Amino acid sequence: MATAIADTHSAATTRAESYNDKVVRQFTIMTVVWGVVGMLVGVIIAAQLLWPALNFDLPWLSYARLRPLHTNAVIFAFGGCALFATSYYVVQRTCHVRLFSDGLAAFTFWGWQAVIVLAAITLPLGLSQGKEYAELIWPIDLLIAVVWVSYAIVFFGTVALRKIKHIYVANWFYAAFILTVAVLHIFNSLALPTSLTHSYPVYAGVVDSMVQWWYGHNAVGFFLTAGFLGMMYYFVPKQAGRPVYSYRLSVVHFWALISIYMWAGPHHLHYTTLPDWAQSLGMVFSLVLLAPSWGGMINGIMTLSGAWHKLRTDPILKFMIVSLSFYGMSTFEGPMMSIKTVNALSHYTDWTIGHVHSGALGWVAMITIGSVYMLIPRLFGRESMYSVKLIDVHFWTSTIGVVLYIAAMWMAGVMQGLMWRAVNDDGTLTYTFIESLNATYPFYAVRLLGGVVFLTGMLIMVYNVWKTIRGSEIAEQPVLAAA
Amino acid sequence: MDIGTVRGLLTLALFVLFLAVVAWAWSSRRKKDFDEAARLPLDDEPPGGPGSKNRLSGGVPQ
Repeated sequence: MATAIADTHSAATTRAESYNDKVVRQFTIMTVVWGVVGMLVGVIIAAQLLWPALNFDLPWLSYARLRPLHTNAVIFAFGGCALFATSYYVVQRTCHVRLFSDGLAAFTFWGWQAVIVLAAITLPLGLSQGKEYAELIWPIDLLIAVVWVSYAIVFFGTVALRKIKHIYVANWFYAAFILTVAVLHIFNSLALPTSLTHSYPVYAGVVDSMVQWWYGHNAVGFFLTAGFLGMMYYFVPKQAGRPVYSYRLSVVHFWALISIYMWAGPHHLHYTTLPDWAQSLGMVFSLVLLAPSWGGMINGIMTLSGAWHKLRTDPILKFMIVSLSFYGMSTFEGPMMSIKTVNALSHYTDWTIGHVHSGALGWVAMITIGSVYMLIPRLFGRESMYSVKLIDVHFWTSTIGVVLYIAAMWMAGVMQGLMWRAVNDDGTLTYTFIESLNATYPFYAVRLLGGVVFLTGMLIMVYNVWKTIRGSEIAEQPVLAAA
Repeated sequence: MDIGTVRGLLTLALFVLFLAVVAWAWSSRRKKDFDEAARLPLDDEPPGGPGSKNRLSGGVPQ
């Protein structure tokens, strides 16, 4: 009792002068845990495509229920925890102030974990709204909204208390991500409940589709891009030990990216009942997006200009630079695939799956892994990770895994598109659908191999993180006085 | 003025706004502030603290 009072007392007195790293530690550890879980589910469903019997005729293990579990786990659990962790770390360090509210920050952690656990229960049970990346039923949607608004209050509250006049560019990206995701989630999830587990969307027909893909593409643009660009703008300069290549470019990058992303959604609805002008609008904005995307990619990579030798001895930097290379590749591929004539070939094929994983494994996962390796020793009072050599092993494992995965899906996708559109002289289809599926099997095997290799890297990371944090002594880090 | 003209002018206005942002970002008056801001991630922890040896041996110190 006496110690408890003493602890509370010391916590109260140090509150003003130390950073709140507890919530950062919690989110960082859960990033690794959910990364393994989400990617494991991905490996399972990749195996099911190769060997359909692996669903064991159990509805809870069917592909249609596990696939949304995989996407929700990797995007919102793995990616989400990484964004919470890094944004809380970055906003405190670059504003030289403790998080706005310890209680609300703790609520965002436990609330977000509750959302993830509820998703992991409801999705295998088959409870779904049927909207891609927004499958969760309305009571969970409400919880997400409350957690997200709390997140916004903590983040913007911290920015408001800052001791530095300038708001560092990483915080602008995190801020845009938090605000936009709140708007997207709330408007796309508007629904009329009919029971605790079922509801109808307030939008009907093609309007519902348009709202869904306005949400869906901006989940890519703001959750998986703007948020992780915030990560990039802090962790790449930090790890390279030099300021970002051009701060001016980062300002233009920010405003251009957020203004343009918002309008790209219709490219998910090419050749549907969406009005033709809206499809063309989505295509044009998607093409223009190449400019800010590559501006950011170049800004990140050129930060190493004059210090390329660091790549030889720094596997964390390798993760970051390769992630930016994948970002550059997938943001070239995306605009290309949004062109209607290219989309006529690529849509509904595995090319789309390859494109998504080039972004998700190559860009999002690799920048996250690099940032987590940078954070863990700092959060747990160690000079370095338990084994830097194992970071290097993880780097090569991830890189080989991604390349196997996306190369297999590119080839499978283009092949499927060509087989589906092939017609005989008399106008009949050359191939049946099942023939294209048969031809895809070898590629599904290579994709599974790529996924297993990538997951193996994550398990190496778990071991390395475990050895680093075990028995570590955590010291509160004091808030540095503003320069 | 028909709706097409309005849309054209809007596009032009947004393009001018973009040029204004570029001009603002590259103006020499902003340079000092931006140079200071760019150093924020680098000067936010004491040297030699946790994480300071997080690279393979033989690496140059930051």
